[in-house]
Amino acid sequence: MTVLRRIAPQLVTLAALVALVTLFFPDFLRIEVVDGRFVGPVMDIAKRGAQVGLLTVGMTLVVATRGIDLSVGTVMAISGAVAAWAITHDVSLAGTLALALTAGAAAGLWNGCLVALVGIQPIVATLILMTSGRGIAQLITEGRILTFSNEGLAFLGSGDLLGIPVPALIWFAAALAIALLMRRTALGLLVEAVGVNRSASALAGVNAAVLLVAVYVASGLCAGLAGIVSAADIRGADANNAGLWLELDAILAVVIGGNSLLGGRFSIAASLIGALIIQTIDTGILLAGFPSEYNLVIKAALVLVILVLQSPNLAHQWRTVGRAARRRREGVPLSAKAQGQ
Amino acid sequence: MLLTIRSLTKTFPGTTALDAVDFDLAAGEIHALLGENGAGKSTLIKCLTGAYSRDGGEISLEGRPISPRSTSKAQELGIGTVYQEVNLLANLTVAQNLTFGREPTRFGMVDARAQKRQAEAMLEGYGLDIDVSRNLAAYSVAVRQIIAIARAVALSGKVLILDEPTASLDAREVETLFDVVRGLRDRGLGIVFVSHFLDQVFALTDRVTVLRNGRRVASERTADLNRVRLIEHMLGHALEDEVIAHGKTHDAAAAQRPELLRFENFGRRGHVEPFDLAVGRGEVLGLAGLLGSGRTESAELLFGVVEAHSGAARDENGTFDLSSPRAAVAAGFGYAPEERKEDGIVADLSVRENIALALQAHRGWLRRLSGAEQARLANNYIARLDIRTFGPEQPVGELSGGNQQKVVLARWLAMNPRFLILDEPTRGIDVGAHAEILRLIQKVTAEGMSILIISSELDELIAVSDRVIVVRDRRHVAELTGREITSDTIVRAIAAPQAGRQNSGEEAA
Ligand SMILES: Nc1ncnc2c1ncn2[C@@H]1O[C@H](COP(=O)(O)OP(=O)(O)OP(=O)(O)O)[C@@H](O)[C@H]1O
Ligand SMILES: [Mg+2]
Repeated sequence: MTVLRRIAPQLVTLAALVALVTLFFPDFLRIEVVDGRFVGPVMDIAKRGAQVGLLTVGMTLVVATRGIDLSVGTVMAISGAVAAWAITHDVSLAGTLALALTAGAAAGLWNGCLVALVGIQPIVATLILMTSGRGIAQLITEGRILTFSNEGLAFLGSGDLLGIPVPALIWFAAALAIALLMRRTALGLLVEAVGVNRSASALAGVNAAVLLVAVYVASGLCAGLAGIVSAADIRGADANNAGLWLELDAILAVVIGGNSLLGGRFSIAASLIGALIIQTIDTGILLAGFPSEYNLVIKAALVLVILVLQSPNLAHQWRTVGRAARRRREGVPLSAKAQGQ
Repeated sequence: MLLTIRSLTKTFPGTTALDAVDFDLAAGEIHALLGENGAGKSTLIKCLTGAYSRDGGEISLEGRPISPRSTSKAQELGIGTVYQEVNLLANLTVAQNLTFGREPTRFGMVDARAQKRQAEAMLEGYGLDIDVSRNLAAYSVAVRQIIAIARAVALSGKVLILDEPTASLDAREVETLFDVVRGLRDRGLGIVFVSHFLDQVFALTDRVTVLRNGRRVASERTADLNRVRLIEHMLGHALEDEVIAHGKTHDAAAAQRPELLRFENFGRRGHVEPFDLAVGRGEVLGLAGLLGSGRTESAELLFGVVEAHSGAARDENGTFDLSSPRAAVAAGFGYAPEERKEDGIVADLSVRENIALALQAHRGWLRRLSGAEQARLANNYIARLDIRTFGPEQPVGELSGGNQQKVVLARWLAMNPRFLILDEPTRGIDVGAHAEILRLIQKVTAEGMSILIISSELDELIAVSDRVIVVRDRRHVAELTGREITSDTIVRAIAAPQAGRQNSGEEAA
């Protein structure tokens, strides 16, 4: 119930956006069954949204601790490169996945230690890996696009299970798992407490440093998973372009999800809807048939409108307006009636 | 009238903080604004300065209606304010804080030398010997409080508002502040003074206005009031028994208590000199001393906020680790720190989550306290400490200052530690709740909890302590027990460590 109230603004935004896109592209919500697979723009969004969606899950936790992780796009490139390298060097599929995820976790560990133990500001700490990480990925791929043909790995990027694209399933499963981990254990509360007031939390006995490191590791793992999906999708690791600028989309999704960059309360569900909103904008613009040079401008305009409508200041003013209107209705019923007639 | 407020109304979702309140301030008077925690004092002040927008009512200054939209606009009108939660910028220097917004410039650039001079001039008369070019973060709460006051005084041409300015000052500093305030009154300023120290109200103020549940219930000349009547106005009923009045009877036959813990040669260079301390089961230890004498530093050392360089902590099972707050919590310690806003509350989280936090951290993340259990804890302490909130789900940051303090206390009581360290636990707490908290301390110690309490209020310390340690220049210089615990001996020990030590030596012999 409370969850529903928390994500209501995001749901409304998504619904409005879907309605808008449907105006331009009437078949937007249509889903057909082709060869036992569901196809249609909505399925496309669920699949393409997987990469940003996965990043968003980890980013939400990092933002909840008043941090930010700029390196996730780069970490995607690294883990994709590791996966492609491993699979082309006859490592088993399980081993490949383990290696790629370990690379993501290691990157997160590095970030987390810089932030929690060394005390570097998150934006600076993660910037280091953001700028240098692509070099690491290039070293692994030796500067080429490292292609592979392993069907098992490719399945993670382009396969279907029960008619649903596998990346979408991975995305939702990861989000569900982490959301449950946060809310069924005390982790969610402790993360929020550290995000609001680290010093008070530490004095209350919360292991703030370890918690911070863990949050960045989680973000690295999510990015690692996103990197695998990305490489699997194109059957190759592209160190230069995998995950490029996606960290910004992930941050945007977290913000559209109504999570404060100042840390504290977070909602993974709301962030996920934020990611869906962004992907819907991207896909919608394409479907609506605008010339591609307009894409970024339209996207920026839509994002701006959404953020302004959701801003707390405006919400406050709406409430005041609503209260005034109610008072007018209740306070002067006679004249209101007279006006009505 | 210098300042008149008519029918000031302010509602928050769930509460009416101010309900048609009238308030008059004359030029050349010191006017006390009193009331229980959550009565609406700070809200009245914030509506007056424009920090909050009011829902209704008129405010006029010298007959002209005013509606400042922010603290700085209020300052331009001649209203200087020190809010309850001092809002200075810790990462600027003292001089920058003092001259913020009015920096002296030279050729369009800030003139650092003039700024320093100006800052030093502003601090003159407060008996503060500090380096104004150092960052504010280097100084204690008390010093920050005085800096905030000095800044507000310099900015207030007509009205000066002080919201609990003396909460973290000791007797000497309070006197200095009072001299400054009286001087301003004589210059014709109107001064609003909020405090829970009724003695200070009687010593300083000319008139008193009392708020209760957001309504004005009385406005009288201070001279026409007495303590009992004033408390009745505030609480709406008489205070049944004030613990301070009949606290512990300090007879010589102080109970022999089984020892719970012992700190041996415990100390840290540059922080607190090594000391020995034994704590009995169910004992209340008081820590007395001037500000900056090493009281808070001792507490931080005992809780592992800073690690000890020497010594060990021991209980019946041998030595144990106290190298971090986590280790201290694991050893059954609790610590309610002095700086409530920075180190105490987690403002955005609910009352329920704040109260459950220490217990939850102690249990570990895997053993989550269910929402129902947390709510049960919270409701229990909301009732026991009379926390004024519209429910356990309200964010703590929305509570009044005194109620936030109660939440921090509840957090540790809920954990039921064996040794609880309380640094100024009753700061900002009203008379009714004050008595309640002292009673609670007596109750939990009777059940076996040991408490170390730091307080600038000697009466309070004397009322609850079985033993008083006097700290001076970062050393534990005297230990007073039984009949020695009087304000006289404590004050003497604080001033002249030798006297105190001899005194206790004689008793022991
Ligand atoms: N920002 C806010 N949002 C919601 N409620 C608030 C807010 N600020 C204050 N209140 C409520 O308004 C009431 C009055 O609070 P206020 O801070 O004025 O009390 P006070 O008299 O200053 O108490 P204290 O002595 O504890 O400082 C309280 O019930 C408090 O919970
Ligand atoms: Mg207040």
